Formats: sequence, structure tokens, C-alpha cells
Amino acid sequence: MSLNKDGVLTEREGFIKYGSCGGDMKCGGESLAGAVSQRACVYCGARVVLNPISDAYHIVHGPIGCASYTWDIRGSLSSGSDLYRNSFSTDLSEKEVIFGGIKKLTAAVDEICANYSPKLIFIYSTCIVGVIGDDVESVCRYAESKYNTRVINVKSPGFSGAKMQGYKAACDALMKLMEGSAPSGAAGKAGGGVSVNILGDFNLAGEIWIISNYLKEIGVEVISKFTGDSKYEEIIKAPKAALNIVQCAGSMTYLAKTMEDVFGVPYIKVSFFGVDDVCASLLRIAQFFNNDEILKKAKALILRMSPKTKAELDKYIPLLRGRKAAIYVGGGFKAISLINQFKELGMKTVLAGTQTGKKEDYEIISSLVDSDAVVLDDANPSELEKFMIQKGADILVGGVKERPLAYKLGVAFCDHNHERKYALAGFEGAVNFAKEISESLNSPVWKFLRQ
Amino acid sequence: MLELTPNEYKERKALRINPAKTCQPVGAMYAALGIYECMPHSHGSQGCCSYHRTFLTRHFKDPVMATTSSFTEGSSVFGGGSNLKTAVKNIFEIYKPRVIAVHTTCLSETIGDDIPTIIGQLENVPEGKYVIHTNTPSYVGSHITGYSNMVKSMVKYFSKNTGVSNGKICVIPGFVNPGDMREIKRILKQMGVPFIMFPDTSGVLDSPMTGKFEMYPKGGATVEEMQDAGNSSCVLGLGETAVSAAARLLGKQCKIKEHILGLPIGIEATDDFILKLTEITGKPVPEEIEEERGQLVDIMIDAHPYYDKKTAAIYGDPDTVLGLAEFCFSLGMIPKFLITGTPDPSFEIKGKELFDKFGAKDGFVKHSADLFELHQRLKSDKVDLLIGGTHGKQIARAENIPFLRMGFPILDRYVHPYMPMVGYRGAMRILELLLNVLMDKREADAADEDFELVM
Ligand code: SF4
Ligand code: SF4
Repeated sequence: MSLNKDGVLTEREGFIKYGSCGGDMKCGGESLAGAVSQRACVYCGARVVLNPISDAYHIVHGPIGCASYTWDIRGSLSSGSDLYRNSFSTDLSEKEVIFGGIKKLTAAVDEICANYSPKLIFIYSTCIVGVIGDDVESVCRYAESKYNTRVINVKSPGFSGAKMQGYKAACDALMKLMEGSAPSGAAGKAGGGVSVNILGDFNLAGEIWIISNYLKEIGVEVISKFTGDSKYEEIIKAPKAALNIVQCAGSMTYLAKTMEDVFGVPYIKVSFFGVDDVCASLLRIAQFFNNDEILKKAKALILRMSPKTKAELDKYIPLLRGRKAAIYVGGGFKAISLINQFKELGMKTVLAGTQTGKKEDYEIISSLVDSDAVVLDDANPSELEKFMIQKGADILVGGVKERPLAYKLGVAFCDHNHERKYALAGFEGAVNFAKEISESLNSPVWKFLRQ
Repeated sequence: MLELTPNEYKERKALRINPAKTCQPVGAMYAALGIYECMPHSHGSQGCCSYHRTFLTRHFKDPVMATTSSFTEGSSVFGGGSNLKTAVKNIFEIYKPRVIAVHTTCLSETIGDDIPTIIGQLENVPEGKYVIHTNTPSYVGSHITGYSNMVKSMVKYFSKNTGVSNGKICVIPGFVNPGDMREIKRILKQMGVPFIMFPDTSGVLDSPMTGKFEMYPKGGATVEEMQDAGNSSCVLGLGETAVSAAARLLGKQCKIKEHILGLPIGIEATDDFILKLTEITGKPVPEEIEEERGQLVDIMIDAHPYYDKKTAAIYGDPDTVLGLAEFCFSLGMIPKFLITGTPDPSFEIKGKELFDKFGAKDGFVKHSADLFELHQRLKSDKVDLLIGGTHGKQIARAENIPFLRMGFPILDRYVHPYMPMVGYRGAMRILELLLNVLMDKREADAADEDFELVM
């Protein structure tokens, strides 16, 4: 391993690209041994996707850490149960690691079933469970037959990949749930009427409520949500919807595809980040149903909201014009939306990176940014630092691990991840986003930094 | 809020709900950050390392650097030896630390990687640089155990008695914030006591804003200091659960006298700390310290009507909980529940001793416990104040109990890593925060006619 002229590990060269020049981008590889990787594990991916299911018991089968780090960390809001905000685990001890953890897991499930009447239990198998070879499936079968409840194994040993594989594990678990519990009857376009499932929105800061309200306004029924503010009863009805709309494509395209194959529910990709994306997505949904009434209502909603939102946003342009943005987010689709939003605000994206972006995403990203912008897959902190300085970024959009780094460099920050405090989706969200960006960029605190 | 919690306590044997601890590597990583120019290295899957860094960042609000062996499915079958070797080579080449501090994870422990042997086979450790390690299986102990283990390894790998005394005392702080480590150093300087302190995360995780990102900030104990620790006249460990093992090891390995105290939290424990220092060094207590103590007593007297006889539940790490409990007793409060998630039978013994010392008959103390249990118990036996890390905030809200954030982790407030809870100044700060939450609550609940301007 060595460094190239930009101070980048040569092994990492293929994962970095400058704008529209240069060939294909490598992505989705393993992190290197010895790297300060920002990458999370399979279990983490599965957990963040499933955890917002608010009335499920999420039991982490493994040692305590895996459970404690994921305890109530997603700002997914619930309109009903707050069960999901508790942390359940088997807190494995040395004895179980040597002799197997099945007895303890069974006892843990028994304790839940004896004291409460769970409808749905997820059991997450972490790395260590994979290694000690516990037969978690057998516990699921035992508990399902004994207690008349759904108990689903989420196979998520961390070492078997990165977050992306965890999304897949979560989607497999959801499929298993729907296949085993769904009420029978016609599904998909044929029988679903004017109804959708929302995929890939986790109701951070109440965003799914914003989107659901739009859909309600234009006459589209929301059957189920994956997984923001969702409940067992809702999820099992999902196969009856006419359409799946997929927001966070990175985590949910796989589920959408599988649901199409198995239940015949078609899907379209949407994005509710940025005014243009919101409008386009609403129209696409309306067009799908080929129904004049819905289209009329969608246009009316857009006409009511879009001009006034744009007028609101225009107020921020003088405060933001010409400022440079760096983006480091989970999925490729979100990065694309953000680049567009920065454009709308008169800003320029000088660095765009993702943790789980795919080749197609990087192609679009490269076509949207200037040719001297840097595009990164699975960046480590030194790369982020290097390129933020080199490109003179004024603000970074990222997640919890990037925030302190940005601040240390004197760069403003916006959390577009679990810890966002204001809804960033929809028309309201677009304004919140501009406001947040502007507040951080133009805060007086930066003045006190001695250069 | 927390609708699940039943009103009465039910025994659970297998299920852990809402833990009051986390896993060993976090503690080991934190301790390693207290070494100057050290890269903590997590030998396991990338996910663990990512979680541990994030967790520390959420508490300290500072970047936390650590590397990972990035285990794959293959390493989980064939062992992670080659991953570790590649990692060490890469880390020295790219991140250029002086020390790499390896800790294990559940995964590498379960596979059975033999770290000392792998380290012994390393070929490219540059001159004057070091690779140290500690074993931190999380299915044993807690983050406190991990901290203890890493500090022990610092002693084991570095400290030597060369036969020439350096005339210093070696101080090993327990699992506390950089603000506390800073305060301990300030007290030692005030006393005029020459010292070596490790680990020392001040200047690392409370580093100032410079507009530059430093991979290795200025703070931390140097390799030379840890080596020289063996030449100290004695070692003083502060925090029985977190560092007595390291202090004893240093004593044994370098044949120096060891002293072990609790964390100097509150007036009595700080008195013990200062007395110990005078006893060891023969130095008198300087006037500034007398003055600080006097100020603390003054505040205690002024404000006592507002906290006297208030009951409290305290949870968190063993040394911190015991320290806070003793201070509460000194104030005339009644700590009723003392809970730690860390498996540590001595916590219960010491808790009971405290209850006896202050004549509290129905105090409840338990190790290996969790917050769900505490919540159940509080439902039938309500207290006036809840003290602990962020994870109790839902209980506080559900039961409408004033909540004082102290200890680790605090994920939802700022400034705490910079501020001490140890020493007389730390006690003043605890008291200020404690009074604020109690008095804010009293005012929030007061009828208009009872809402007073002067209190
Ligand atoms: S596997 Fe072990 S070391 Fe890793 S996060 Fe889980 S408990 Fe901690
Ligand atoms: S042990 Fe595995 S599942 Fe748990 S945090 Fe580490 S990588 Fe993820």
C-alpha cells in the first residue's frame, strides 16, 4: 500500500474519480485492512431498515455492544407504539459463546411471550452467532408454533459484507413476513385500486407524514410504509397495493423488485428531496394511475405549493450563491437529489461521495457535477479531509461521523442522516434544507476561528 | 413513553432490556486515545469499529480515529492473522502513528486469534514505534472492563523500573471525561506534586478548534512517560473497578507501592484524594485548594434546603455511580437505587457499605442490571431525582422525574466532556447542575402564588 500524488492510498485510486473524466468507478468493494473506514456492517444496515417498525420486538442475538449502539438512534418517529425505542438483546456471555446461545435466545423469546402478547418479533443474528453456529431458524419455528406470533430471523452477521447486504437481509425478512401473513386476494395494479406503499422512507423528523399527506390530497391511498412509522398490521397488507414508490433506492430497490416478482406490485423510483424532484415524483405517481382526477389534483397541489416554495427558496440564493458543497451520504440516489438541490440554490457541488452507491448512481453523479469535482466511493476521513480542503468546500452534508470532522476543519455542516432535526423532504423540507444550510454557513461562530 | 414497562418488577433471566453498559472495545478505544500519537485498532469486522467510533463521537462531539482489520467471511473461517499483519503495515505507512493499540472484538476472540503471536511475527514495525494489544471480548464485562484491560496493557508493554527513581508519582485515572483528567492534573500541579498520568485524553477529545484536523492532537501520554512510570515513587489508581488492576500490575511489575482510591467525586472522596497526596508526598495542602474546599462547603450550606432529604436513583459505571452516591449522601440526600450494567460484584458490596455508613436502610444496589429493571422499580418507589447518562431520559420523562445527566454516555447535550465532576470544583459543578434541575422542576410545578422571585 502506498500513496499517490494526491496523498491517496493507491489501492483506493479506482474508488475515486474526477467528475466526468476518467473511466468506470469501482464501488461496493470491501474496506481495506488498516483503513479508518466509515463503513458500517450488515447488521447495521438491516437494523436501520427494520427498526422503525414500531410495534415489533427487535431482539439482537449477540453480545451487548451490537445492541447498545443501535438503541434508539434513528430519529424515526412513530404515531403509535414506542416499543421499538427499547433495546432488547440476549447480551451473550462467555458461557453461551462456548456452549451455544440457543437456550438463552429461546428463554428470551419465552420471556417476551409470557409477559406480553407480541405480534411480531425480529431476531437479528450478529457476527458471533454466525460463528458459533446457533440455529436461530429453529427458535423462530418453535416460537411461531407455540405462541401464534410471527418470529423472523434477520440473517445479518456483520462480516459478510457492508450495509448494503444488510438492507438485503432486512428486505428478505420483510418478504418472509409478508409471504407468511398476507391476507389473500387480488394484488397489484389489477386489484389494488388507487393505492401505494412508500418504500425507503424512515420517517425521520416526520417526513413520511408530509409525503403521505400529499398522496392523500391527490387521492392516493397509502397502504403501508417501509418502514417509517409502520406497524405489523399495515405491513402484511402491503402486497395488496397497486404500486410501490421507492424513495431511498439504495436500501429498498431490492424489496421493490422482489415484491414485483412475487406479488406483482410494480414500482417506480421517486425522490421527495428538492422542489423539482417532489413535483416530478407526484406527477409520475399520478400518471401511473392514468386517472384524470388524480392528475388534476396533483397539478393543483404542485401549483399551490411549488411557486411559493420556490419564492421562499429564492430568498436564500443571495445568502448561498457561489458557495461550495461537499456531499457524503449513504445512498447514491440521495446524493443525486442533493446535487440538484444545491444547484437550485446557486451552489456548486465540489465533492460527492456515498457509502453504498452503485455504478449507475456514480454515472449520473459524474454527469451532474463539474469535471473538476471529486467523486468518491466509501471515503475514509483523510480522503474527505484532503478533498474538502483541496476543493475549498464551505459546507458538508453527511452523517454523525462526518460532523466533527467538518467542524474541525471550520466547514459548516448539515446532517442528512439519522440525526436530522428538521424534515428535509417535500416542499416544506426543501425550505428547511435551505434554511439549515444557510444558518450553518452564515453563522457568526465561524468568524472566531483564527486562521 | 416507555409503555412497555410494567408497574411491578418481574424477574428476567435471559432477556436484556435497555442496557446500562456497552461493550469492551469502546473502553479500550477510549483508553488508547489517551496515548499521544496512538491509533486504536479494532481487530474484527468493520462494523464494530464503525459503531465504537460513532459512539465515542456522539459523547465527545469530536472526531474519533480508529482503524479496523476489516474481517470478511474468509477471516471468520481462517482467522484474522493476515488481516492484522496487512493492517499494521498499512497503518504505519499511511497514518504514521507512534503506537498502534490493538483491541479484539467478540468475533476475533471467538475465532481464537492469538494476537501476541501475530504481533511477534510482525516484520515491519518501524524503529521506535510500537504495537500493543489487549483482549476485549465483549461477552465478558463491559466498556469499563475494556478500559481496564487497555490500561493494563499500557503498563505491561511499556512500564519498566530502571532503578533510577524519577521522584514522581504515577496517577492512573478511571473512566472519566477529558475535563476530569485535566482537573486531576490541575490539582496535582496546585499541590506541587510531580507526576506522570496515563491514559490522558485531555487535549485529545477536548481539543481546541484550530481550523485544522489533526489526526493526532496534542494531548495524550507519551511512550516515554508510560515507560518512565515504572520509576515513579508509587502509583495511585483513581477508580477501583476501572483501574485498580492496572495500578496493581504497575506496582507488581515495577516494585513500587500502589494506592487505590475511588474516583474523587464529591467532598469526601476529594478529601481522601488530597489527604492521600499529602500522605504520599509530605506536601501541605496549598491555600488555593483549601479555598476551593471552603467555597464548596459554603455553597452546600447556602443551598441545602433545596436538596436536603431528596431521594435519588443513580445508574452508570461503577466508580462513577459510587462517587456520585457518596456525594449525594454527604449532601443529606438519599440515594435509593444504585445500578450498574457492568458485571462487578464488588459494586454491590461497596454500595451496601455506603448505605450502612450513612444509615440508609432500604437502599437498593445491583450490578449487571439494566435500565428496564430500574424503571420497573421506580414505578412503585418513586424518587425525586434521576442521575445518569442520556439513556435514562425516557424514564425521566415517563415518570416525570427531574433528570441530571452525569457520566457516560451523554449523547444529547454539549460541553460535558470539557467540564470536571472530580475535585472540589467538579463537586461545585455537580451541585450547580443538580440544584438547577431540582429547582427548575419545583418552579415548573409551582402554582402562580407560590412562584417566588428569590430562592
Ligand atoms: S461484536 Fe462485540 S465488539 Fe463488536 S459491537 Fe458487538 S459486542 Fe461490541
Ligand atoms: S459484531 Fe458484526 S454485527 Fe455486530 S457490530 Fe460488529 S460487525 Fe456488526
